[in-house]
Amino acid sequence: MTTSIVKPQVRHPNLPLNALGLTHRDYEGAMSTLCAGCGHDSITAAIIRAFWELSIPPHRVAKMSGIGCSSKTPTYFLRESHGFNAVHGRMPSVATGASAARRDLVMIGVSGDGDSLSIGLGQFCHAIRRNTRLLYVLENNGVYGLTKGQFSASADIGSKPKKGEPNRQAPIDPVLLALGLGATFVARSFSGDKDQLVPILKAGLLHNGFAFVDVISPCVTFNDHEGSTKSYKYTREHIQEVVQTDLVAPQEEILVEYEPGTATDVRMHDGSRVRLRKIAADYDPTDRDAAYSYIRVRHHAGEVATGLLYLGSGPPEMHENENTVETPLAELPYDVLCPGHAELAKLMERYR
Amino acid sequence: MNRTNDFAFKIATVNGTGSASANGLLMQAIFRMGIPVSGKNVFPSNIQGLPTWYEIRVNHRGHVARTPEFDLIVAMNATTYARDVAELCTGGYLVYDSSWPLPKALHRPDTHTLGIPLARMCNEAFEGGRERLLMKNIAYVGALAALLEVDVPIIEQLLREQYGRKKALMDFNYRAVRIGYEYAKEHFACPLPIHLEMMAPPDDLILIDGNTAAALGCLYAGATVGAWYPITPATSMMDAFSAFCKQYRKDPETGRNRYMIVQAEDELAAAGVIIGAGWAGARSFTPTSGPGIDLMSEFIGLAYYAEIPAVFFDIQRTGPSTGMPTRTQQGDLMLCAYASHGDSKHIMLFPSDPHEAFDMAVKSFDLAERFQTPVFVLSDLDIGMNDWLVPKFTWDDSFVPDRGKVLTAEQLEAMKAFHRYVDVDGDFIAARSLPGVHPRGAYFTRGSGHNRFGRYTEDADEYIDVVDRIARKIDSAADAVPEPVVSGRPGASVGLVSIGSCDRAVKEAVEDLAARGIAADYLRVRGFPFHRSVADFIRAHENVVIIEQNRDAQLRALITLETGIPRDRMHSLRRYGGLPLSARDVVDDVVGRLEQAASAQRLEATA
Repeated sequence: MTTSIVKPQVRHPNLPLNALGLTHRDYEGAMSTLCAGCGHDSITAAIIRAFWELSIPPHRVAKMSGIGCSSKTPTYFLRESHGFNAVHGRMPSVATGASAARRDLVMIGVSGDGDSLSIGLGQFCHAIRRNTRLLYVLENNGVYGLTKGQFSASADIGSKPKKGEPNRQAPIDPVLLALGLGATFVARSFSGDKDQLVPILKAGLLHNGFAFVDVISPCVTFNDHEGSTKSYKYTREHIQEVVQTDLVAPQEEILVEYEPGTATDVRMHDGSRVRLRKIAADYDPTDRDAAYSYIRVRHHAGEVATGLLYLGSGPPEMHENENTVETPLAELPYDVLCPGHAELAKLMERYR
Repeated sequence: MNRTNDFAFKIATVNGTGSASANGLLMQAIFRMGIPVSGKNVFPSNIQGLPTWYEIRVNHRGHVARTPEFDLIVAMNATTYARDVAELCTGGYLVYDSSWPLPKALHRPDTHTLGIPLARMCNEAFEGGRERLLMKNIAYVGALAALLEVDVPIIEQLLREQYGRKKALMDFNYRAVRIGYEYAKEHFACPLPIHLEMMAPPDDLILIDGNTAAALGCLYAGATVGAWYPITPATSMMDAFSAFCKQYRKDPETGRNRYMIVQAEDELAAAGVIIGAGWAGARSFTPTSGPGIDLMSEFIGLAYYAEIPAVFFDIQRTGPSTGMPTRTQQGDLMLCAYASHGDSKHIMLFPSDPHEAFDMAVKSFDLAERFQTPVFVLSDLDIGMNDWLVPKFTWDDSFVPDRGKVLTAEQLEAMKAFHRYVDVDGDFIAARSLPGVHPRGAYFTRGSGHNRFGRYTEDADEYIDVVDRIARKIDSAADAVPEPVVSGRPGASVGLVSIGSCDRAVKEAVEDLAARGIAADYLRVRGFPFHRSVADFIRAHENVVIIEQNRDAQLRALITLETGIPRDRMHSLRRYGGLPLSARDVVDDVVGRLEQAASAQRLEATA
């Protein structure tokens, strides 16, 4: 008996193909074993779409995760990629090591609010400090699902559980935290808004550094009731898109013109551009301090600001900072790593 | 008795006063005179102002294990006078700073007291508080040079090597040496009966600490990713690796690094980094100590169960908890052998000195990759941080690292299907694939229950199938770890078993016992799982003493657990106060036991 479900690989003959000649079904994984209606499954679908649209060869990808409902999801996408389900809250360090060894991998990390904001808060913060190249998706539902509904550190004050007392502890807002720590790519989205999420994920995959995407992803079983601030209903009523993201590939032309001052182009590592279109006129996604203040003010007004909230400068990407060679360290031949017999003989004189 | 080149002395100072360089100078000078020497730095977990000691032993026969008896003591720290003077043997020499009257605490009529006004002379010769303080320490090196006949041209040469370009500093140091030297020459009958005599220059020997040696081993093994969190006594290992990499791991064309060192936020993250790197195909390691292993345990279990190579250097210090961070112990044997919750067992290597630390560091990466599992190198503070006299390291350029079974893109292309945990070759080791190589190599690495195909499972049979294979895989490593070193004597009445840094003291004890007419066989364990010869040796001896540096006889417990030899079949000698084992510890114990056994036999015979 196997406790995972292999998805049947039947495909429609007329499915569209990407630049590699693959359909989006080639980017799928095993069948999800999450609850029907779980926000995480929608995020999985958006991730599949983002990788397919960017035509990334699946075997060049490493899927990293910790422990929890969210961390199970890498099995549900990119079956031709290596996956690594690490220990609870410690995915960032494993991803750091994998990136150190193979800087050519395209890495996605999937985590949850328990994984990132409680047990793994330290690792989350330090991965931002190192600026490891990784698209980090935090599937945020405000509860612990697998252990049946305890509040997580992202639960809002006053949010009601299915049973028992409302939450009284202040939440940790991962977006403000990431901004405060100097993250160079900070976004928030909603699992129910694929149109917004897919371009953000694509931009994150192209970002040369730690790309953080907080995705509100309702837990249908433990946190989707009246009084919860992470339910589908509450989220739909309170989200406010402040900036819209379009991704323009290097060879593409920008066809649509916008009013001066309403759009900002940011060049990505591979030559493509991320176009940030302001929905809120008074929002600037390239000003860290203003973004921080804006998001806080909106939060106090009961709104959840979404979009690619900050894209800008910060510490250099880990490999740039460490000045490592272009060739992945794991591929360096042994003869360039070992100084050999003659050097050792010389070195021994130092200890005489 | 002629004590030329056969005595021990101790220098008691306050840390942060430059005594470390003075003591290093002394030790290096004796080494250059060709005399076997060892230096044990007994230092506080503190930056400035607490007592620190440096123990130097010279022995022309090469026995330089720590000895607890001192023939001469330089007492420079008033706060430890009483205990320092108590360690001096009868007829020994006490050197103290006679700038002030002899304190009562130093009064020992059965010893020779040599007062040297170090502070007064340095105050007269140097300006500035810092210089005066530092030069006082160099001045006692000069005094000892006269008293013990340390070769002065060698001291001068060492000062030139150290301060070659900083002439002012060299002059300061040199003047301080002369001040001490001339005072001693003038006021005492130099040299003392305990003194040094030049021996043949040691062409094939070096003086090196084990952390530097292990770091060099990592460099030569081809390790490219190191992650760590600073901890005494492991820190100097990463410092050394970093320095070697700066010299040998720069791309000559671009100047860019062929390595990455991650100073992680804690030991958990350090373990995560090296496991991630090992998973992705780089040779990776972390230097740490016991408290670090505690924090890494969950990750160690993951690497064991998901079968990922990574090397852990545990430079053991005195536990439990924070314990005594600057004292040595072998207290992590049990911790490392079975680190992690659930059933697990790990490969361990036990170097006895810096030479083996180098060799075993190289070996550890081969074992980790071949067996796809965490490997532990258990050094300790004594090996790691003290300078040891060892043969030069050598390298064979034909060495090819054992990277284990790793499938290439071509191999994967030719396969119908790849299953991560299927034992195709019948040696309990399944081939692995690396990320980024080939779509067919894709699998999901997990610490949750998985079957031989790498898929998630909660099925009893599938789970057992995998964990039983892993158990057999680790057991099979008993033949791949370094074999025990055994020495035998005809008609041996006792078999000694020891591990790691106990070695030199035990070897010396074996000779001392022989001189008393007691023949002892000796086996030193070098790897875990135990080679079968360990059990054979114990079974072949009626009298067995397991010698180790921890309170709970962890090596003996491991032997009982792994071989089934009853605990009470083996005597246990343990030293765990934080100072290295001495030959006297072993001799006293063995002689005591044999006498006890003999008198018990006599009693039985008369009854």
